[in-house]
Parts: sequence; C-alpha cells; structure tokens
Amino acid sequence: MEHTSLLERILRGIALTLVVIFFMFPIVWIFMMSFQTNETILRIPPQLVFKPTLANYTALITGKLTTAAGTLDIAFMRNLWNSVFLSVTSVAVALLLGVPAAYAFARHKFRGSEDIAFTLLSFRFAPALLVLLPLTLYFQKLGLANTYIGLIWVYQLICLPLILWIVRGYFEDIPADIEYAYRIAGHSWFATFRKIALPLAGPGIAAAGLLAFIFAWNNFVFALVLASADKQPVTVGALAFITSSGIQYGQISAAIVLSITPTLALALYAQRYLVEGLSLGAVKG
Amino acid sequence: MASLELRNVVKRYKSQTVLDNLSLTVADGETLVLFGPSGAGKTVLLRLVAGVIDPDEGKIFIGGEDMTDLDAEFRGVGMAFQNFALFPHMTAFDNIATPLEASRSSQSAIKAGVQNVAKLLKIGHVLSHKPRALSNGQKQRTALARALVGSPPVLLLDDPLRNVDAKLRFEMRLELPRLLADRGATVVYVTQDYKEAMALGDRIAVMSQGVIKQLGTPEQIYREPANIEIARLFGDPTINLLDVKPSRDAKGIYVGLSNVQVHLTGAYDATVGRDCVIGLRPEALSFVDESTPAAIPVTVEAETPLNEKIVTLVRTVRGREILVSRPAGTPGQSEGRAHIAVDGKSALLFDRASGDRIGSKNVINLRSGEAA
Repeated sequence: MEHTSLLERILRGIALTLVVIFFMFPIVWIFMMSFQTNETILRIPPQLVFKPTLANYTALITGKLTTAAGTLDIAFMRNLWNSVFLSVTSVAVALLLGVPAAYAFARHKFRGSEDIAFTLLSFRFAPALLVLLPLTLYFQKLGLANTYIGLIWVYQLICLPLILWIVRGYFEDIPADIEYAYRIAGHSWFATFRKIALPLAGPGIAAAGLLAFIFAWNNFVFALVLASADKQPVTVGALAFITSSGIQYGQISAAIVLSITPTLALALYAQRYLVEGLSLGAVKG
Repeated sequence: MASLELRNVVKRYKSQTVLDNLSLTVADGETLVLFGPSGAGKTVLLRLVAGVIDPDEGKIFIGGEDMTDLDAEFRGVGMAFQNFALFPHMTAFDNIATPLEASRSSQSAIKAGVQNVAKLLKIGHVLSHKPRALSNGQKQRTALARALVGSPPVLLLDDPLRNVDAKLRFEMRLELPRLLADRGATVVYVTQDYKEAMALGDRIAVMSQGVIKQLGTPEQIYREPANIEIARLFGDPTINLLDVKPSRDAKGIYVGLSNVQVHLTGAYDATVGRDCVIGLRPEALSFVDESTPAAIPVTVEAETPLNEKIVTLVRTVRGREILVSRPAGTPGQSEGRAHIAVDGKSALLFDRASGDRIGSKNVINLRSGEAA
C-alpha cells in the first residue's frame, strides 16, 4: 500500500515536472537569451553558462540599436507604451459599453435581442484579413487611419463581443429573485444594477476584462495595417529587429520579456478572481 | 396600513394563462393565505402585487391607490421569497438594512431598526455573517427580517417555510401569527401546506389553475369545502370519499352505507336518485356498540397510532376502505370486527359528475367575481 502510493507520488511528480518543463522551457530560454549577445545565442552547441549582459535591455530602453551595419533607431519603448495605452483603453471602452449591454441582454428579452447579441458575436468569426481592406479604405476616408481612436475602435471588434458574451452569462446566473428583492426593498433598477448585479458578476467581469486585455495586447494584424510607426504596439514593433544585418535575437528576447511582463503580472494578480469567478456559479446563494 | 385589491387580473406566459381574470380583496390588517398546488399561480399573483412582473390585463390597488403601472420600489410592500433571495455579497445586517437604506434613514435609525427586528426573530448573534455562513433557518429568518424591517403596510410571504426543516417550520408556525398580528400589516401568505394555511390565515383562498376555487375562513374551507378537490387537500388523514345514491324515507334523506341507512342533516332534497359522493372526515366517524342505531359493521385492517391521535383503517362488508381517526386514549377497536357510526351533521355530499359540494350556497364563484 505504502509502496504503491509512494510510486504513484513519484510518477505524478515526474509527470508534473515534464509538463512544467514543456510549457516553461520557451519562456525560460527566452529569458536567458535576453541576457546574451547575438554571438553567444547563435553558438553551436548552445551553452547554459554565459556571461550575462544588459546590453539588449539598454538598447531597447535607450532606443539605439547597434548592429554590424551601424546604429539604428528603434521605438520599442514607444511601442510598449502604445500597447499599454491601446489595450487598457480598448478594454475600458469595451467594459463601459459591454457590461450594461450584457445586463440588458441577460435581463430583458426583447424582440430581436438574441439576433443582435449573435451578430455582435459573429464579428469574432470573420477573419481579420477579410475586413481589413475595406476597413482601411473607410478609415482613410474618415481620417481615422493611424489614429489611436481608430485603433481603439477596431479593437472593439476583439474586446466587445468577448466581454458581452462572457459577462452576459454571469448576469444570467444571478437569480432574478435577488434583484427583485432589492427592487422591492425600494431601490431603483439602476441602484440594483450597481449594488447587486455588478458586485455579483464582478469576478466574471474581471475575467472577461482580463481575457479581452490579453486578446487586445496580442493583436497584430489590425495594428500592422492601420497604424504607422508611432502608433504601433509591441507586436508590430518587434518586426524592427529583423534588420538588414540579421535578426537581433538578443533584443527580440528582451523585447518579448518586457512585453509579456504586463500581461503575466496581470494574469497572476487576477488569478484568484478568475478561479472565484469560475466557481461562483456553482454555489447557490 | 393598506388594503389590497386585485381587479380582473390576467397574466399569460406565451399561450398559457397563468392567472385567469382573477379578482381578490384583502382587508387592511388581514392575513390571507393563498393555498394550492404548484403551478396554481400563487407565486405569480404575489409577484404581480410586488410589481416585479406586470399583469396583461386588470388593475392592482394598494391602499385604494392604483399601483398597476408603478415600479416595484414605489409600492411599499415587503416580500420574503421561498428561496430566501438573500444578497450573497452582503452580511445579514446589510441584507436586512436594504429597505431602510432605500428610505434614506439615518445610520443610527438603520442600526436600531435592524437590531430590533433581528432580536424579534432571534438572529441578533449572526448579523455579521454572510448568507453563506448561515443555516437554512437563519437564512429564512434573515429573509423574513428584511421583509419586516421597513414595517411595510403590505407583506407578501412566498412560502417562507418551504425550505426549512420540520422542527423550525413548526416553531415558526406558532410564532408567525403573533409576529404578523403585532405588525398590523396586510399579509398575503403563500403555502402548499394546509396546516400552515389553517394556522396562519384569517381567510384562505384556494387556488388552482389560475383561478380561486374557494375563498373563506379556515373553518369554512374545512367544514364546507366547495368541491371534492378542496375537501381532499385539507385534513390529515384525508377525507373518506364514498360513492352513494341518496334516497328518501319518512325520516328524511339518507344514504345507504353497507345496507345501513345513514340519515343526513341538510337541504339535500334535490339529490335523491343522483350519483353522489359522500365525504366523511375521519374524525367524524367513531367506534360504537353493535346496538347503536345505524351502526355500520366493519373489519379493522390496520391501526396507526400517531401520538395525539390514532388512525384506524377499516373495511366495510362491501369492501370499501374507510379511515377512522380518534384522539389517543379514547376507546376503540384495534382488530377484528367492529362497528362505526357516522355523524350525519358533518357529512359532506358532492355531485359525482362535477365534484361540487351540494348545498354550498355561500360559496362564491370568483371566476367572474360574483356570487353564484
């Protein structure tokens, strides 16, 4: 008995270790690469022991990329700021619009409500490339091309359906009687929305917001086409490291480390909300 | 304080009519019990009064004012839900305080009000707990406290004892009438438990399929049920129902039970020769000596002592089964052959085809809102 359970534990440990290595290896490797020069990175066989350098980070932060062909200006910090600004603003706008809409869709079944909700979701089905060309033409006509407002608008295609559909489910899970009870106690529908529906759907809203943030942050193709250098997020900005004198692996790694840090931090921080959000529906109030 | 009136209210869901042209008046300070099986429309009626759903037709008056188009928060009613509907993210204190917050009471007034009602309902010690940490009984009392705290003139209680255990239900059945009487509020109380209905109601409205079948005092409902269905719903053990065909002789109208003529008191002249059902409450039957006039010979099949009463199942010579109930400690027969006597005054006679009680002259047919 004892022996079997010990064996079981060992096997489980090995299995877990394998999974962790499989998923963590790329991140660890990139982290290590970010402290190496291109020469040490490209050495064969790769070496685990190296002399760490902060040159990659310095280059990114100062914006001066030194290559064999000379010094190149890169706007990485600018890109990083763009990413933060675009993602945060997009999610904020999507929450502001999506959460009340989700509440309306959850609580009021009006004629065509299901169709409207589905149409919003269907924006997610369309391949981005399909809508990009007409969108670009429209945006140029409207003067929205290469503006933050235009980008945030397009990012709603990513964020809004996600938030709407996830949050709607959470609102639907709140027993209507709880809201009725608050209304009967003498509170307006808006107070009920604010004091009852919002707090109870809070974990769901946090989860949806986080997911929308990650999707917005990872977006590449909209920003690639619709934004020029000074409005581009990191995903597009990273292209600058493919230079005429070769691919700057060290800087790319450092850029990746810097650009995944915000989402990683956010995900770790919001983890408890996510778990709470997922389990809330299972517990009867 | 306020009376409550529903006038020709209709509520439909899709093609189904849940409330069918229903009219009802509850006097100021009265406790009206809505009794009926699930799906009868009791909860829908409460929600219409509370204002969380709107009627398709008809009007709702509270205190003489037309409240039909008014939102729930302006109606000034208190409501306790069957599933408690407590706010899970608030403590019991905050839960109870919500009606007082809505009326913009001062902090100290809120505190005093909540503690007052909490003391009354014996939940003072759990006010800081969230609903999750409360027992079912405490949840139920918290929900009740929330409904009571604002002293609303109209109180709607939707089967509040449904989800609590038997002991607590019994306790609350004793406590509630005093609690409600002290408040002086007009109460509409929904239940599926006939004992609760009898214990709490000044009047009982028996509902079925969106219609009020009978409205009366608990005693009226019990002694003069409008039809077989209602007679069967009230009483434990249930009423004995036997097919009979009344006849007439010199002493009046009688029915034959096991070749024994049992004379009935009442205006049953029109029933002679008709197919009827006689309803005999188990407690209206008693064991008697063979020599008693109109004693019916039976065989005792089984006996169930229920502490305060003893229920005996007997079989007549024609094979019909009858339940006899008698207070514990009174003489009876627990096996073998026996004789029972029927109290002709308390016997109920129903028309077999329609199920309506014969001679129910004071039963109001509320479907059309007029006496029938």
